[in-house]
Amino acid sequence: MSSPTSKRVVQIGPFHPLLEEPVGFSLGVEGETVVDVDARMDYIHKGIEILAQQRTYDMLPILLERICGICSVTHSVCFCNAAEDLLGVEIPPRAKYIRTIIAELERVHSHLLWVGLAGHFIGYNTVFMWAWKYREPVCDVFEMLTGHRQNSALPMVGGVRRDIPVKYFDEARKTLDMVEGKTQMLTDAVLDDPVLAARLKGVGVLTPEEVMEWGVVGPTARASGVDTDVRRDEPYAAYDELDWEVCLTQNGDVFDKAVVRLLELKESIKILRQCFDRFPEGPLNLGTLHIPRGEGVGRYEAPRGEDIHYLRSNGTNMPERLKVRAPSYTNIASFKASCIGEKISDVTITLAACDPCYSCTERTAVVRAGADQPERTFGDLVRLSQAETRRIAAEMGRAPDLQLT
Amino acid sequence: MAPIAEWLFFFLIFPGLLFSVLLGLVLVWVDRKVTALVQWRAGPPPGQPFWDVLKLMGKEVIVPAQAWAGGFLGLPFVGLAAAGIAATFVWVAAIGIAPSFGGDLIVVVYLLVIPTLAVIMGGAASGNPLGAVGSSRDMKLMLAYELPFVIALLVAVFQKQEIDGELVRAGTMSLSGIVEFQNDAGSILLRPSGAIAFLVALLCAHAKLGFVPFDLAEAECEIGEGALLEYSGAVLGLFKITQAVLLATLPVLLVTVFWGGLTLTTLGVLAFLGKVVLILVLFVLIKNTNPRVRIDQAMRFFWGPLTVLALAALLLAHLGL
Repeated sequence: MSSPTSKRVVQIGPFHPLLEEPVGFSLGVEGETVVDVDARMDYIHKGIEILAQQRTYDMLPILLERICGICSVTHSVCFCNAAEDLLGVEIPPRAKYIRTIIAELERVHSHLLWVGLAGHFIGYNTVFMWAWKYREPVCDVFEMLTGHRQNSALPMVGGVRRDIPVKYFDEARKTLDMVEGKTQMLTDAVLDDPVLAARLKGVGVLTPEEVMEWGVVGPTARASGVDTDVRRDEPYAAYDELDWEVCLTQNGDVFDKAVVRLLELKESIKILRQCFDRFPEGPLNLGTLHIPRGEGVGRYEAPRGEDIHYLRSNGTNMPERLKVRAPSYTNIASFKASCIGEKISDVTITLAACDPCYSCTERTAVVRAGADQPERTFGDLVRLSQAETRRIAAEMGRAPDLQLT
Repeated sequence: MAPIAEWLFFFLIFPGLLFSVLLGLVLVWVDRKVTALVQWRAGPPPGQPFWDVLKLMGKEVIVPAQAWAGGFLGLPFVGLAAAGIAATFVWVAAIGIAPSFGGDLIVVVYLLVIPTLAVIMGGAASGNPLGAVGSSRDMKLMLAYELPFVIALLVAVFQKQEIDGELVRAGTMSLSGIVEFQNDAGSILLRPSGAIAFLVALLCAHAKLGFVPFDLAEAECEIGEGALLEYSGAVLGLFKITQAVLLATLPVLLVTVFWGGLTLTTLGVLAFLGKVVLILVLFVLIKNTNPRVRIDQAMRFFWGPLTVLALAALLLAHLGL
């Protein structure tokens, strides 16, 4: 993206109270109106894709869980979808239901997390604290069923690794009843609050045309009335056997993006209840599978939208290439459409409204050397930083803490 | 004591700077504790605001290279001094320890503007673009809330009293005059005009304190503390103390003007403190049940409904209600 052309630039990030992760937004402003937005997403590139090429298929779901702090199920199941697409196999029913259960639990706690954060971003800290308080029992259920509140390490190519304890389903149902009640309360509070409506309606609007043009996915697209959901369009896990609906709202503003997520929360709880009721018997996985030469694509409806994993295998036990396209990657680009022309105070909540997850999204970036800035290699940077360390150490009158070359 | 020495004591020790700062920090704790209870958190121990300020006092003060250093470092002192003098006048009138001069209400209103001005100018002096945005927001907000605030305070001045079957305007421009009037005629708050004016003044004071929904000058998620962004160490501590002094002054001003003064008996002091804490809790509840509004919405709110309400209250007061 080009750099802002206006005179004054308001920098949001790379470290900013609005952002839970490092990312840089440069807002070109005239007065309080934003006329340009530029994003830099290269602060926490983790090199997952190259690491993935050095792991066996059995180890990969464990690694891919760590792409994102919230969507741990998303990336591992999405990879399994890709591998199973390559293999052309169907997993056992029990594995399908287990994947659905952990996926929907993840959606519930992820949406509650966003509701809280969105409240915080518009200065409504009470909502922040309350939403996170209700999120906590959901994480507890996740821990009861999988052994960990975030990373379950359950999915594997051809099914799931372990069973989940059926004896905790009653406890889980109770928690879901509680969360459903509280979600209803939050939904009513949002819909009825005149100040929230004044603050969020008509802000950061994405029209359906803009949604299509920028390739926006997930709840952000559904808030604009674009009927898209991978769970229904290309069913994986057990979604085609369950009774649920895709939630849509029409206005595409921040208010509707909040409402659509709250509605989805209730839909997820409905799916979870059905999974608990219909939980089938049977094997957990297809055993050890040899992955032949070929390529496969996995699609998955993450809490933030459609996640895509592309897998190419050369017949060895490690992938030749794994490409991850997280939902935020396309959603962030749409800020050009939703933020320009808004006030600074509205832009911050608009930036947050697509529930961006920068950790999944960040890429390496090449920052081009300007006229006054020499291009530096990694070695140059090491030498520069060592010279600086020596200078500081000399100023403090002692030897450097580290041995320098 | 000579009058000057006496007033120096009033200003520096009681009920001015020292007392207001200590009381203000206690009230900051009440604010934080009640907020925590609303949000189902434990909240800080009573000493926390003191330790926070003490810690800030010991931290390094960094002056940005692009800042106007004199203004940047001097303005916090101006703000604190003004808040301290305002606190002195308000408390002296509330307790009635010294006769207040006619028109001290006007002086207090002016003095209460200065801390906000100090923040605005400090933000502008810092040379930070976000600070400039914060300053401009603060200035717009101040222009917005001062109008209904002053009109609401005038309602107390224009109150009428029935003396020998005839309505006489008994209010004065002096705070102690208003307190005396209420001693004769009962709290202004209990009259229709007073109740409306109190509500308006409460919301304006809320904005003056920079609480949500009117915290847009600080708005850490949008402009990262705004005008205070570049401040650090002791000068930031001074702004925090100023904030605490305002927190100890504005509820007292509201109680004094609309709800009677302080009688120096145990019951009287307790009732007075109860009223102050009640107003504070009202502030905290408003703060915790609203999202931040936009600056244009805030200005429309203050210049629209609130100014109309304040004018209506003034009319009612003129009619003797």
